[in-house]
Amino acid sequence: MAENIKLEYIVPGDDFTRAGEASSEVKSMLKKLGLSSSVVRKVAIAMYEGEINMVIHGGGGKINVEISPEKVDMILADQGPGIPNIDLAMQEGWSTAPDEVRNLGFGAGMGLPNMKKYSDEMKIESQVGKGTTVYMTVLVS
Amino acid sequence: MTVNDIKNILKAQVLCEGESLDNQVHTACGSDMMSDVLAFVKDQSVLLTGLVNSQVVRTAEMMDMVCIVFVRGKQPDQTIVDLAQERGIAVLTTPYRMFTACGLLYENGLKGGCDI
Repeated sequence: MAENIKLEYIVPGDDFTRAGEASSEVKSMLKKLGLSSSVVRKVAIAMYEGEINMVIHGGGGKINVEISPEKVDMILADQGPGIPNIDLAMQEGWSTAPDEVRNLGFGAGMGLPNMKKYSDEMKIESQVGKGTTVYMTVLVS
Repeated sequence: MTVNDIKNILKAQVLCEGESLDNQVHTACGSDMMSDVLAFVKDQSVLLTGLVNSQVVRTAEMMDMVCIVFVRGKQPDQTIVDLAQERGIAVLTTPYRMFTACGLLYENGLKGGCDI
């Protein structure tokens, strides 16, 4: 990899069926680049959970991914309602997802904890009424 | 056990073959909650579910699974099947309910892969 690879995806907020397309593309690319299967899976799951959250809670948004020989950085930014209490949102089982989201198989309150579990570094910035940005890094080596 | 064995044990219909019906599988999980699959599943290669939407395929894809079994005779629409085939994932539908389908596979040697 001569230069870092930079990718940008717009995640539509109103189309649940398309949620995950960006994560799927990134997963395919990481596999083609020959990264280890454990790194590929960590990135895929962390990003997919974030992408689903953007659609469920954030009204869509933008994902930037930067792949370098040392790490994969992901920035997921939405302009949704924001998270009033990040500590609470990080607790397993805590969810504000409505019933229709649970009927689709999500909203168990595992998304953010799972993103933390599968990334090596994670930071959340959120402002109520303005949106949420999640920074995640998965180390390659 | 192979995907083809699952087909026979569960009297399932194959909606797409994925990479190959001869793919070996060693562990499985059953859930309608994709959040839980993403959080608790480790190296299971088969997902049994009664939930029918495209995120079932996406979840299986992220978890490197090779086979999805829809229980209770559920029929996903063609876009879901096409997406799975594109990703190399076999899709089966069985008339058995979740508990029975999981039990039959377990009885035939497919384990859960999550000892406690």
